[in-house]
Amino acid sequence: MTMPHTTAAPDATDATDAVPDATDAAPDATEADATTSPDPVIDLSNVTFGYTATPVLEDVSLAVDPGEYVAVVGPNGSGKSTLLKVVLGLLAPDSGTARLFGEPSRSFDDGARIGHVPQRTDAAVGMPITVREVVKMGRFPHVGVRGLSSADWAAVEEAIETVGMAGFSTRRIGELSGGQRQRAFIARALAGDADLLVLDEPTVGVDAESVEAFYGLLDALNDDGMTIVLIEHDLGAVTDHAERVVCLNRTVRFDGPTEAFLGSDAFARAFGATVGGIERVAPGDASGDDDASGDDDASRERAAASGGDRE
Amino acid sequence: MIDLALAPLYRVLDLWYWVMIRLHGLTGLEILDPSFTFLYRAILMGLCIGVMAPLIGTYLVHRRLALIGDALAHTAFAGVAVGLFVNAVLDFGISPYLTAVVVAMIAALAIELISEATDVYNDVSMAIVLSTGFALGSTLISLNAGGLSVGIDQYLFGNLSTVAPFDAVVLLALCLVVVATVVVTRNQLLYVTFDETAAAVSGIPVNWYNRLLVVLTALVVVGAMQILGVILVAAMLVVPVAGATQLARSFTESILIAVVLAELAVVLGIAAAYYGGATGGPVIVLVAVGLYVVAAVLGKLGDALTDSSAPETDAIEG
Repeated sequence: MTMPHTTAAPDATDATDAVPDATDAAPDATEADATTSPDPVIDLSNVTFGYTATPVLEDVSLAVDPGEYVAVVGPNGSGKSTLLKVVLGLLAPDSGTARLFGEPSRSFDDGARIGHVPQRTDAAVGMPITVREVVKMGRFPHVGVRGLSSADWAAVEEAIETVGMAGFSTRRIGELSGGQRQRAFIARALAGDADLLVLDEPTVGVDAESVEAFYGLLDALNDDGMTIVLIEHDLGAVTDHAERVVCLNRTVRFDGPTEAFLGSDAFARAFGATVGGIERVAPGDASGDDDASGDDDASRERAAASGGDRE
Repeated sequence: MIDLALAPLYRVLDLWYWVMIRLHGLTGLEILDPSFTFLYRAILMGLCIGVMAPLIGTYLVHRRLALIGDALAHTAFAGVAVGLFVNAVLDFGISPYLTAVVVAMIAALAIELISEATDVYNDVSMAIVLSTGFALGSTLISLNAGGLSVGIDQYLFGNLSTVAPFDAVVLLALCLVVVATVVVTRNQLLYVTFDETAAAVSGIPVNWYNRLLVVLTALVVVGAMQILGVILVAAMLVVPVAGATQLARSFTESILIAVVLAELAVVLGIAAAYYGGATGGPVIVLVAVGLYVVAAVLGKLGDALTDSSAPETDAIEG
């Protein structure tokens, strides 16, 4: 279920091709029943979109299967956020097709299946609203104009506990740190029983320690079968966690497993030479370097506990 | 037809008179003297405004649309002028408040559609709508000045003493409609207010709820105009909400506190205006601003006293 796609990416020649079982990129993939491949969660084919005559996205094809953990990276202005809007059906492609769970994205109406974690500045976090009230919104697609039933409330409380925010449910969202706030947004998605989590640069302005805990949470959710699509600027964080990287700059420059991305020069060509954090080597290639082993310790800790984020 | 629909509300008004008379019997307050039934009606209308203005205002303020009340009030003023003009020129008997509602609603939808087309609410377009409305209203009134002796003051500043039973009953109906609409759509309005993108992703037709909100705003603005006047009507949408934001923790709490602050402002304001011989609307607004200052101070004190032990986040359950 977690097979990376390799769609026409010129740099991905070293990545495994269409036959899923032949890959060794994801060791835990063998436990998935790869024989019956379900409908892709996200299916863009030859999507072109522009706000003006100049296309922001050009001939983008991308398919994401259930359970995948995909990071979309790319420089500023590369069309990442626009891509997300097309995926979510907020924008209609000028040409090409966009499908969500097998339906055209624009007319897809089972909104509860999608959890959206906004950029820091996108939600009105200054308003008086508690964590519980935010998480409650996840149930709104289910309840419509009715009030929440006790089962709905149970889902809300469970989601808050899952992200480790039980002590904060009556706090105003504006009083939280950046990392805690993003956890609340994830809880909102969980409360709605979303099976696709879409995050738009979720860790901008979040301190490093909280970022690690945040990605630990995403890892845990992905292990439970949640499909995750993430736009991220911090390449280091992405390559530590995502299974598959899509490098976007107007069109798809690279699409393949994270290891192959690190080995390729796709990022350098897409981002230019100025990007920091690129020197980070793939785990396993690290030998003897102090920094690298420190990173490994950190990721082990994260995998084991994921209980940080104390501030 | 309309009379039939409003008949139960006239009974509510009679009941209100009876309550006020009893209250006068108990307290002996001069302001509640049964010979001033216009004041009874003014108080009832003030109380209605005190419910619906902060209710709608809470959604507006947190969407950073605080200015829209002002813009719509000024276009409503143009609507009043249109009504007076039509009445004078064509010898109609149309209520200026009716034309005000129509014009304010058109302006509200225009603002909303412009913002949908340009993808942003901007204060420039609202400032343009505001000035256009006021300029149009002033022009029509100056054209009219020769043939018409109606003082425009009551529309600009509000007037407690001119409220007829019909006005009170209409406002009562308006209040019921606004409150019922918000109660029914509270989930969607909250989601759209807090996080428009996520609301759209979750399948809520965001644009329709935005249109609903601006139309409700237009209704509230025109409804409140008779008491508060064009220039001050926006204050009741914004000031109590700003005060409640200082004190409230949850959204529900903030709506309740805003309504309480607004009702206090209305009751104290009308009383102060009566005993001081001042115009009601401005005094109500001054009291509201005073309450806001008190709320802000209390809010800061509360923060200083309670802000201590932050709970720890628990481990994440996989």
